[in-house]
Amino acid sequence: MENIIRLTPPLSDEAVASLKSGDRVLITGTIYTGRDAAHKRLVDLLDKGEELPIPLAGEIIYFVGPTPAKPGKAIGSAGPTTSYRMDSYSPRLLAQGLKGMIGKGGRSLEVRAAIKEHKGIYFAATGGAGALLAQRIKKAEVVAYEDLGPEAIRRIEVEDFPVVVINDIHGNDLYEQGVIPYKKD
Amino acid sequence: MREINVSEVVQAVSRLCVDANYNLGDDLNQALDRAAAVEESPTGKDIIEQLKENAAIAKRDQVPICQDTGLAVIFVDLGQDARVVGGNLNEAINEGVRQGYRDGFLRKSACHPFTRANTGDNTPAIIHYRLVDGDTLKITVAPKGGGSENMSKVVMLKPADGVAGIKEQVVEWVRQAGGNPCPPTIVGVGIGGNFEKSALLAKEALLREVGSLNPDPELQSLEADLLEAVNNLGVGPQGLGGRVTSFAVHVKMLPCHIASLPLAINIQCHAARHKEAVL
Repeated sequence: MENIIRLTPPLSDEAVASLKSGDRVLITGTIYTGRDAAHKRLVDLLDKGEELPIPLAGEIIYFVGPTPAKPGKAIGSAGPTTSYRMDSYSPRLLAQGLKGMIGKGGRSLEVRAAIKEHKGIYFAATGGAGALLAQRIKKAEVVAYEDLGPEAIRRIEVEDFPVVVINDIHGNDLYEQGVIPYKKD
Repeated sequence: MREINVSEVVQAVSRLCVDANYNLGDDLNQALDRAAAVEESPTGKDIIEQLKENAAIAKRDQVPICQDTGLAVIFVDLGQDARVVGGNLNEAINEGVRQGYRDGFLRKSACHPFTRANTGDNTPAIIHYRLVDGDTLKITVAPKGGGSENMSKVVMLKPADGVAGIKEQVVEWVRQAGGNPCPPTIVGVGIGGNFEKSALLAKEALLREVGSLNPDPELQSLEADLLEAVNNLGVGPQGLGGRVTSFAVHVKMLPCHIASLPLAINIQCHAARHKEAVL
């Protein structure tokens, strides 16, 4: 098993540059949630030249729409959603300084190019492990777009949140490379 | 004629929505155990262990297995000697969904296609009625997540494409879907009927118990061939490489038009949730 890397955002260019596809990472600290509708609103604001409701420089966005929290819990189940639906928006956010994205599933060539160009990183968390991953989220607060319900942007505090590096700044892709040893003709 | 009051339907649907989302079926827990034994990839093994732990936490804490608690897909088998009284059956089913998703702290994922405004209560449910013999009403609640549902398609093949064409389509589709539908998956395949019937067959195929054999020997052999082929893709758990891309391939088939060979593929993520009750 590889060494486990620990990261706390905001992420520096150096921290991102040291990550390689396949690395296992535990994230501790503050990250933001956002999925389809929130991404559209963020990019619409950029189009209009207006200020965003969250900081992007060095930050990580987790593509997730959690279930409602049961009483006494910080958050409901909270696993990653499929990332390709954010592909048309992510390059714009990376250009604005966003460093990390957490989701599941492959990204477009445009996103992968933007990751290289702007020194970003794409992580995957285990899809469908929403009950397990919620245990690593200690606090959650809606900070924008409350009307979107599960799609609202939340600021969340995570502790040892487990992810794996999929796309690094060197152009590697774990989905492409990971299957090769197991493919049988 | 036996009478069934809609209030019983509301209660049953509400309970099944919550039960399905919190408690993974025994067949899936066993499929995870079998996958853990055969998976060769260290990452894949680790993911399967996470999924087992996740299912155990969901059951213990009574929380959703996955945050995508789905659109509520509901199959109703209405006995022709039963009569629903006390209100409208459609409305009772939707009220059950409303209550279950509210009281069970489940995510409401239904929205307007253009504005994306959430309907707020996860209705309308997707309801499929089937008229059957007897005087009972069987309700199956099968919440379906968007990530795996998006990896679906219907293709109208030519009769000349035959079984080889069907195999090629299914395997290539699972390859392209990669990690998106949260593998290990169950691949639902509907063959024949017509355009819309093939899609419904593929969906119904997902309800069969994982690990059970198709009663039709011809389809049993097709399922075995397809499962071997999709697992040979190497996609593996979560698409990160490994032996177990799918737990099962389930096929349902009906006669079709002499000009057609309809094929539908509906992929189900590892959180294959469905619970049923008979009233």
